[in-house]
Amino acid sequence: MANRVVVTGLGVCAPNGVSLEAFKNSLENGSSGIRFHEALKILNFSCQIAGQPNIETINLTNYFTNVQLKGLNSSGLVYGVIAGLDAWEHAGLDKNDAQPDWDSGIVFGTGILGVDKFREAIYKVDQGDVRRLGSTAVIQTMASGISAFLGGMLGAGNQVTTNSSACTTGTEALLMGYERIASGKAQRMLVGSCSDSGPYVWGGFDAMRILPNKYNDHPEAASRPMSATAAGFVPGSGAGALVLESLESAVQRGATIYAEVLGGAINSGGQRNGGSMTAPNSQAVQRCIKEALKNTGIQAGAIDTINGHLTATTKDPEEIKNWTEALGRSGTDFPAINSFKGHFGHCLAASGSIECVATVLQLSEQRLYGSLNCGDVHPGILEHIDSSCVPQKTKAFTAKISAKASFGFGDVNACAIFRAYI
Amino acid sequence: MKNQEQLATLTKIITPYLPDDVSVASIDLNSHFIEHLNINSANLVDIVLDVEDEFDIRLENEDMDRMQTVKDALEIIALKTKEKE
Repeated sequence: MANRVVVTGLGVCAPNGVSLEAFKNSLENGSSGIRFHEALKILNFSCQIAGQPNIETINLTNYFTNVQLKGLNSSGLVYGVIAGLDAWEHAGLDKNDAQPDWDSGIVFGTGILGVDKFREAIYKVDQGDVRRLGSTAVIQTMASGISAFLGGMLGAGNQVTTNSSACTTGTEALLMGYERIASGKAQRMLVGSCSDSGPYVWGGFDAMRILPNKYNDHPEAASRPMSATAAGFVPGSGAGALVLESLESAVQRGATIYAEVLGGAINSGGQRNGGSMTAPNSQAVQRCIKEALKNTGIQAGAIDTINGHLTATTKDPEEIKNWTEALGRSGTDFPAINSFKGHFGHCLAASGSIECVATVLQLSEQRLYGSLNCGDVHPGILEHIDSSCVPQKTKAFTAKISAKASFGFGDVNACAIFRAYI
Repeated sequence: MKNQEQLATLTKIITPYLPDDVSVASIDLNSHFIEHLNINSANLVDIVLDVEDEFDIRLENEDMDRMQTVKDALEIIALKTKEKE
């Protein structure tokens, strides 16, 4: 029998809020974190808008030592540490100063880490000045830098690792941490993911012509998941983090429980049958959703809400179709579905974890957060589900079971199932 | 630059690398960077770079190996600045 796994802490560093409270308020009120970025204009980007956490007012000495702050130039690492430490504190857990806590581990993913630091290093290396790189060029740019920093700060003594599966990363990290606790190998796992900000991360997507280029003067309307006028995804960045804990440990220490993680499924479409490096194989997406239900023993009819991947590209209607076929539910029988990418854009490797935090918030608050910029639901979506399934405004909502899916480049999929803990 | 001034400048360079539980007041001539001041050995590399920038000198690998204490550092700085003149 697998150990039950619950969420006891949440942390977030998102474009629409750099604290759980600010993030929650943004989802509640439908305020946007998408802004125009002068730097992108100067560099001739087609898409000059992005979702970037505003950390200007954050006192970083609350998170890093002075030594760690010296020469720190890795935005994803900063976001990840803010979200990770906030989640740990939210869970009411202490940093283990004296001895490692052998029962606490970390799975904190990223796509690429410390690109700005890496750029600094490249310039010095090319100038023949490698001796002047300093001591932190490695730790700020290794993918596992984020889990390594958090591991040291918290004294984690269980598995400490970084996963990477493009935009699936965050949801995959959650499921990896879940497995570790369910199988009895750990009591607590800090899971999450982070993604760097800036032109060197977003440039490649701009070059692929998959970002909106007509919203530079009204950025808040740019990210339009499920909309008939969706024009591509708005690039984002940030981090989300969740403390997963065995129910036993959580109850024992009297922790507040925000939701239960029932498990889920992870798969790949093998880049076959319509799947490619950049497009999902629909058969694999449906299979992933069905397996998530099977693995958690949840009937399709029991799903109350879905937080989709739904990035605001032409693929959104196809995703909805996949959900309807996987669940065998359509029209007015379809669950409520939303996407928060309208609020903060597509935070890439960080998207899954930030959206998992939002999904858990919905369950613990018993609210259904509205999606932004989809007053004109895509006709290809309305062929499958009723427009009432796509809430525009936040409302009170009685939900027990929520599904969250993320899909990523490489034709990889992850679907997690959460249950309200009441 | 006089010795006292150089010590003051060096102290300023070292300070940001001190662990949060080591005070600036504990820096003296005989302080061993790693054993007394508890500075992470990786950060010694950064201290050397800051010394190079501040005194406009270049330290070789051998100089780094020899730089165990604050006194060692001051001697190397004095030697290198003299060579420059």
